[in-house]
Amino acid sequence: MDIGNAPGAAIVLSHLSKSYGPVRAVRSIDLSIAPGETVALLGPNGAGKSTTIDMVLGLTKPDSGRISLFGMSPARAVAAGVVGGMLQTGSLIDHLTVRELVTMVASLYPRPLGVDEALQQTGASGFANRPTNRLSGGQTQRVRFAIALVANPDLLLLDEPTAALDVEGRREFWASTRSVAAQGKTVIFATHYLEEADAYADRIVLMARGRIVADGPATEIKARVGGRTIRATLPDAGLAQLTALPGVITADRHGDAVILTCTDSDAALRGLLGRFPEARDIEVHGSGLEEAFLALTADDDHDDHVQDDHVQDEELETR
Amino acid sequence: MTSATYLRYEVLRNFRNWRFLILTLAFPLVLYFAVASENRHAMFNGTAFPVYFMAAMATLGTMASVISGGAIIAADRAAGWTRQMRITPLRASTYLRAKMLCGYLRALLAIALLALAGTLLGVRLSAGQWLTVVGLLLVGLIPFAVLGIVIGHLIGADATAPAVGGIVTLFCLLGGVYGFQIAHSGPMFEIIKALPSYWLVQAGKVALRGGGWPAEGWIVIAVWTAALVPLAVLAYRRDTSRA
Repeated sequence: MDIGNAPGAAIVLSHLSKSYGPVRAVRSIDLSIAPGETVALLGPNGAGKSTTIDMVLGLTKPDSGRISLFGMSPARAVAAGVVGGMLQTGSLIDHLTVRELVTMVASLYPRPLGVDEALQQTGASGFANRPTNRLSGGQTQRVRFAIALVANPDLLLLDEPTAALDVEGRREFWASTRSVAAQGKTVIFATHYLEEADAYADRIVLMARGRIVADGPATEIKARVGGRTIRATLPDAGLAQLTALPGVITADRHGDAVILTCTDSDAALRGLLGRFPEARDIEVHGSGLEEAFLALTADDDHDDHVQDDHVQDEELETR
Repeated sequence: MTSATYLRYEVLRNFRNWRFLILTLAFPLVLYFAVASENRHAMFNGTAFPVYFMAAMATLGTMASVISGGAIIAADRAAGWTRQMRITPLRASTYLRAKMLCGYLRALLAIALLALAGTLLGVRLSAGQWLTVVGLLLVGLIPFAVLGIVIGHLIGADATAPAVGGIVTLFCLLGGVYGFQIAHSGPMFEIIKALPSYWLVQAGKVALRGGGWPAEGWIVIAVWTAALVPLAVLAYRRDTSRA
């Protein structure tokens, strides 16, 4: 993907890579997000979500690749005040009240939201006059959200924003985020909860081991990763043949065992037994997100397993 | 966009941290009363001891005031606040200006308290002499204020206390703050004269004579500042990693 091919995009990432020593946190990802989209970056811990967000915000310098935010570099977009963010970790500074802190941050932006409006939208009005060091974890998280919102940014990046919130807090948080999205703003959030991604994003970008392994409408991704896996001992079957079975998305090999990630495990099981009657030790699992990720990314941390990658990439492209 | 609001709240939160403020200001004040009241009529290096020691304790108090700003920076970093500020349009110059301003306001408070203490112990200076002492102290503090920023961005929050304590003590000891000078001639004296803290302490003596530091003093302060400013900018720039 070329930056020039996506005029007017909110975010364009091209061939973006970042390594920390031997760990390849982000591996040449390409992504284009249109203004007004709400996109979930879904993936397990270590998928590269935070590194990607940090690079988009200009906090981490990519090893290679390009980032364009509304046609600007991250540094320029941040300086212009068009980007707001809530980082994964972080607390607040002391010796100020909530209102003072939000006012302080608002003063840095060219077109901020009203402080009262930001506090109200994030449910922080009730403790606006409390010192920042006398807040509960959930209250702190709301204030951090208020700090991101008061920027009134065109692009809002939220890195696992609901991690410290209880059920009620989450509900209110997403209601606020929806109203921001409804104003035509672009919202990108990282999460490792499929339910959250499905419920609040138009589009899910699935990341694992530094790569984008799937990208599409939320319902479609949910069907793919919310399916089941079949595990069987089957030493001699080819992965390409297994992948071709009805209802199977990907096939992986772990020694003598094969693991099939399925959209329809019933059809896949019938097909498997019909085609490979020698299959034994068969187990069917309702795959958790973690397992689905592992299946989807099938050993691709070993670059010599080109075969697996190829099967998987082909599947993803012809999906 | 104006930075006035940002500066105001930055100062406010620094001065609401009264434990920090009191601990920074109390030590030189207590030391001044304890030592200078016993030696009210003594002379030291050709200066009345209360005057010399007032400048010396002002050196300690103001150095501690500006360097310890590094501890606040380190705490901000540990809280992830520095990273949060990096994704706002806050300019590096505004950020550094705010840090310098807070350190200097604490330093001015330290000077005011020591001037009051000196007056109580019979120090009498003309308006011009007061202006010279305070002016020289404020100029001589520049390298230490910058050093505080360097420490805050390079050293973790759990190590700033020994770093600040050690650096202040070392500069004070060598600069002659504690009422004695390790050397008055020879290579050690040349080293001492190359330290900005020596010239801070000399502010009291210089003020009595009138005029300012000799050229050597200005050069020492300028060289330390020129060496530390790029280091502070570099430390601030590269400090974007997760704490």
